[in-house]
Amino acid sequence: MLNKNIYLILIISLVFAISFWIGFNVNLLPAEASINAPIYDELFKILFITGLIIFIGMTIAVIYSLFKFRKRNDQIGDGIALEGNLSLEIVWTIIPSIIVLLIGLYSYNIYDRMGGMKELNHNHEMMSSNSEKIWAGISQTSDNELAINNLSIEVSAMQFAFLFNYPKGNFISGELHVPVDQKVSMKMESKDVIHAFWVPEFRIKQDIIPGQPTILNFTPTKVGKYPIICAELCGPYHGGMRASIIVEEESDYNEWFNKNKKPEVNL
Amino acid sequence: MTISIDPQKTNNESLQPQGWLRYFSFSLDHKVIGIQYLVCGFLFYLIGGTLASAIRIELASPMSDFMPRDVYNQVLTLHGTIMIFLWIVPVVNGAFGNYLIPFYVGARDMAFPRLNAVAFWLIPPSGLMLVASYFVEGAAQAGWTAYPPLSITTPQSGQIIWILSVLLLGGSSIFGGINFIATIIKLRRPGLKLMQLPMYCWAMLGTSLLVVLSTPVLAGTLILLSFDIIANTGFFNPVLGGNVVVYQHLFWFYSHPAVYIMVLPAFGLVSEILPVHARKPLFGYTTMVFSIMGIVVLGLVVWAHHMFTSGTPPWMRLFFTIATAFIAVPTGIKFFNWVATLWGGKISINSAMLFSCGFIINFVFGGITGVALAQVPFDIHVHDTYFVVAHFHYIVYGGTVFIIFSSIYHWFPKVTGKMLNEKLGILHFTITFIGFNLCFAPQHWLGLNGMPRRVAEYDPQFQFVNQISSLGALLMAISTIPFLINVFLSVRNGKNASDNPWNALTPEWLTSSPPPVENWEGEAPLVEEPYGYGVEISEQK
Repeated sequence: MLNKNIYLILIISLVFAISFWIGFNVNLLPAEASINAPIYDELFKILFITGLIIFIGMTIAVIYSLFKFRKRNDQIGDGIALEGNLSLEIVWTIIPSIIVLLIGLYSYNIYDRMGGMKELNHNHEMMSSNSEKIWAGISQTSDNELAINNLSIEVSAMQFAFLFNYPKGNFISGELHVPVDQKVSMKMESKDVIHAFWVPEFRIKQDIIPGQPTILNFTPTKVGKYPIICAELCGPYHGGMRASIIVEEESDYNEWFNKNKKPEVNL
Repeated sequence: MTISIDPQKTNNESLQPQGWLRYFSFSLDHKVIGIQYLVCGFLFYLIGGTLASAIRIELASPMSDFMPRDVYNQVLTLHGTIMIFLWIVPVVNGAFGNYLIPFYVGARDMAFPRLNAVAFWLIPPSGLMLVASYFVEGAAQAGWTAYPPLSITTPQSGQIIWILSVLLLGGSSIFGGINFIATIIKLRRPGLKLMQLPMYCWAMLGTSLLVVLSTPVLAGTLILLSFDIIANTGFFNPVLGGNVVVYQHLFWFYSHPAVYIMVLPAFGLVSEILPVHARKPLFGYTTMVFSIMGIVVLGLVVWAHHMFTSGTPPWMRLFFTIATAFIAVPTGIKFFNWVATLWGGKISINSAMLFSCGFIINFVFGGITGVALAQVPFDIHVHDTYFVVAHFHYIVYGGTVFIIFSSIYHWFPKVTGKMLNEKLGILHFTITFIGFNLCFAPQHWLGLNGMPRRVAEYDPQFQFVNQISSLGALLMAISTIPFLINVFLSVRNGKNASDNPWNALTPEWLTSSPPPVENWEGEAPLVEEPYGYGVEISEQK
């Protein structure tokens, strides 16, 4: 009996060790290029390791049973008449409940750190009209910061393109240029069907809905060019509906901005 | 109330065709209807599988070069709709439910045999209509979810035929659900208690409750959508002041429970198969029953986790995260119980057992990615990507379809009186298991790294992984060949099966193979312990 327990403990530790090793050494995610990304990857790592432990454990249990308890040729008759075990049932009800609850609370914490639980500022200029209809994606700003620092961009999506309107410069661009390390706030609306704004390197996604503006805030942290991908089926050319986001140093961004800026038209 | 269908039934029987012809007739025999469901479902599975192959051929290269883009969208829409509404739902519910439930409750037929036949005969015409819509003006191309406004703006005839077809299939499903509830509750043989029923009855009771509660919501939603398309109403059309997110709520109120409509019966079937081939009682019968009912209740309040990026308010995201993640608890209980059923058994390693164990491994994997997807911050990145495609194929293919095959290997001797060839069966399992995992495991990585779902073209950096996936799909296509050969050879000149080749205890094995029209020659047997396998530990020594 003692021997058996030692083997069991050994196997469980091995499963944990392998899962942690894979969790820390195998990277399944693209580059991290926004404030959200490292927070997301932290959650991913925890979920990945927990999942691996359960999956490897269950797989070993199934395969082991198939080998250990297989019917040998000389055997007849049945296995043991074990109809259940209440304490085991309680154990595998309570432990998964605790794991699930902890993961839920932890992901709530992650979501809060991403800014998802913050109320949106209803006084902000972009939302002054029909503010009750605006629903948020991940926001990452407090009310005050939003009003002062924000780079505000209006996104319109249509079959099969994104257009980025820079209200402060009075111009529209097909490419999204943003300065690094600065908060960006986007108000997005679709002209036809549902689209979605997804930047895998930023770990953010928000549907762009006709008749119902959505807000998406993010802060890029790494200079570079990343794809913007439409993630909601929007028609035959859905797969080709892509744009680029160019994250650049503030000076480069200002240069680009000033080059495209158009004089304000006073009506 | 006493229900006596025997005299009337014998009258009907004499008028009905006998032999193989009865499978093409409006038969009232639940066994015939079950086989009709299974064969009809399998034919649609071959069509849906062909469409899947077309998708994987298109995705073997990054460019959209195999078929026109709008045809690609039609193919993926038809693939999803056919596999869900014409293969998995009718087979795990209609086919096995009809065949087994009357045996399990000790009845000679279902409660409403005519309704039962109507429910089946709605399927072939609506399925053919759906497939034929391709030749009219092109099939529906808004995905099986048919989100407006896309479904309103794409060519109308295809979308309308799609709606009509899904409405008929939903109706068929509701008829079936009512019938199963009535049969399980009212037609139980005297002396048979609810807690003595085989687990599949509980699974079908839970599933049928979900069908009856949620399918009407889908029907109502699709009728409103068809008004928007035909009559220019504005329920979901934003141009006319409609709200597109409301459609998503209504749609997923059905379509999330639909996942349980597809997996709960499979949970029931595997609970029948494992104890027989492991020669052990089903571990934890009572907790299994309660976990089914727990899944039914929780399954009704998790739908908005499909909409985390649609712009739902934060509190709603939080609620649906917790509710969804908690489904893992009753589901987990079932999996631990199945492994405990295997533990200490005398396991026959045959095709039915292998497919069931493959199911456990695949489904645990899909369940784990499911708990991850329930977390809002996790889902926001991978929503609508290949990660989700991989996840739900692990659930519905790696889970349910594996159990459908397992069940075919298990009940084939009962239905036909012939044994299936075990060597071909194990070959079938091996190719399916390798092909399936090769096809779908890499798709998790694709989703995480930036490949959205439902695209005909993609970033060239994903080509290699997509080709691995397509190779897996090719193996899956090939795997049906040994299965079909096996079925045809065995029906024609397979080894004759005895009445009870597996020495099983559930009532369908206590009659001849194939069973007579009235199920048992004499009175229905009273099986108080459907899982009474095993020797007492004291006896063993």
